[in-house]
Amino acid sequence: MRDAEFFRRWMVAAAAAVEREADRLTELDSPIGDADHGSNLLRGFTAVIAALETEPTAATPGAVLQLSGRTLIGTVGGASGPLYGTLLRRTGKALGESAEVSDAELREALSQGVAAVAQLGGAAPGDKTMLDALVPGVAALGTSYRAAGNASQDGALATVPMRARKGRASYLGERSIGHQDPGATSSALLLGTLADVAEPAGAR
Amino acid sequence: MTMLINSPQTVVTDALRGMAAAHPELDVDVERRVVARRDARSGGRVGVVSGGGSGHEPLHAGFVGYGMLSAACLGEVFTSPVPEQMVRAAAAVDSGQGVLFVVKNYTGDVLNFEMAAELAEEDGLRIERVLVDDDVAVTDSLFTAGRRGTGATLFVEKIAGAAAEEGAPLERVAALARQVDACSRSFGVALSACTTPAKGSPTFDLPDGELELGIGIHGEPGRERRPMMSAREIAEVAVGAVLEELAQIGPADGPVLALVNGMGATPLLELYGFHAEVARVLAERGVPVARALVGNYVTSLDMAGCSVTLCRADEEVLRLWDAPVRTAALRWGL
Repeated sequence: MRDAEFFRRWMVAAAAAVEREADRLTELDSPIGDADHGSNLLRGFTAVIAALETEPTAATPGAVLQLSGRTLIGTVGGASGPLYGTLLRRTGKALGESAEVSDAELREALSQGVAAVAQLGGAAPGDKTMLDALVPGVAALGTSYRAAGNASQDGALATVPMRARKGRASYLGERSIGHQDPGATSSALLLGTLADVAEPAGAR
Repeated sequence: MTMLINSPQTVVTDALRGMAAAHPELDVDVERRVVARRDARSGGRVGVVSGGGSGHEPLHAGFVGYGMLSAACLGEVFTSPVPEQMVRAAAAVDSGQGVLFVVKNYTGDVLNFEMAAELAEEDGLRIERVLVDDDVAVTDSLFTAGRRGTGATLFVEKIAGAAAEEGAPLERVAALARQVDACSRSFGVALSACTTPAKGSPTFDLPDGELELGIGIHGEPGRERRPMMSAREIAEVAVGAVLEELAQIGPADGPVLALVNGMGATPLLELYGFHAEVARVLAERGVPVARALVGNYVTSLDMAGCSVTLCRADEEVLRLWDAPVRTAALRWGL
């Protein structure tokens, strides 16, 4: 079973990963976006950590994720703010008010979060968006957290030959081909850190 | 770093502090990044609120004032503001007549304003939204996020603001705004990429002697790259592309509002020269220009280049265009 502390650790690990990879995310966003994905997410996750520290009321898994999602919506801006915010908020909502959740419940809640992202963005896998990492990643959760991290990583890499159909990269048409999608890359980071926290190295 | 800034993290708030110092007639909330008319709630008018990423100055904060926007909210450079700012702006200017959100069609702006509208309506405000999507360079809109919102934003904000100033109800202000958007088309050209403060280097690589046709306003590359062309040739391509799509909207011989807009780094000397070519092409094609505006209004940081926006205008739109306006960046008739 996973408690609120587990989800706090996930958010802290995600924030650390975003900080580590911010320059790379911005670099990926440069040829097909507007070169700010890393700095925007860093601003958001820094605020998430601050919110979690000052909000002791977030005492359940659902509350931790909902607070994190609301904070991202309130600080990131652009498309990433609403999309990442919705992912965490809807996942948190689906987890309900239990003090502890099972891995199966988390898997189901994340599926609902991903579905909400797809609906909000009007996108589907293959459009060269964060869904290309999230959908295979969450599907692989049935196997293990590590499998989910790896599948989302593969999904992000698979966006390279795709032609973008959503978001700012879509305006490039054919010229979006050959670049890895920054949103899929950061989504893979998020699921990768979930794997790190759930199955620490050595415990595999 | 060759920019006149303190740090990439503070460019937006620093600019707002300067705006507050230069324009005491504006209510500038530096912390929350909302700029509003001081008298926004006193007239019993519909509120007209817009916003978007920074880097497009004077859009949007420069258009806050009598006869135009009631308030604007600013995001980070090229990044949409967040719903909280929009809700705050709407609440600050609502006098019970409702608020129109003017939203440029970019995924981030659309999503954040959508969330903001929901939240504001939960707070009891009446909200209407108009989506500005005028950029003809995006032809294949089935496979993109749709046409981008660019130069027509100025037309929509001016006409909606003038109608609100006259006391038109929310539904009418929104209908006029939608009409102006539906009757407007734009085409942009970049002669150089722009430099975002966060990155500190050009956002894409455009070699000397080449230009990008069909750009948006975020430093994103366009639909085609060509060897450098003369102002005369660029005007032929840009006006041609705009007229081709405008022909599907209304009578080809109706009068238009024309905006020749600089992207930030192109001097007025060049913009006026370009406008001469735009006016020539329009005259040759038998399109009467009712009003023309030339200058840097919807910019893309330090990008060199320009855009052409044309709006088919009926008599009421022309009348509202001529109505007095007093903002930091646009003023006449007072």
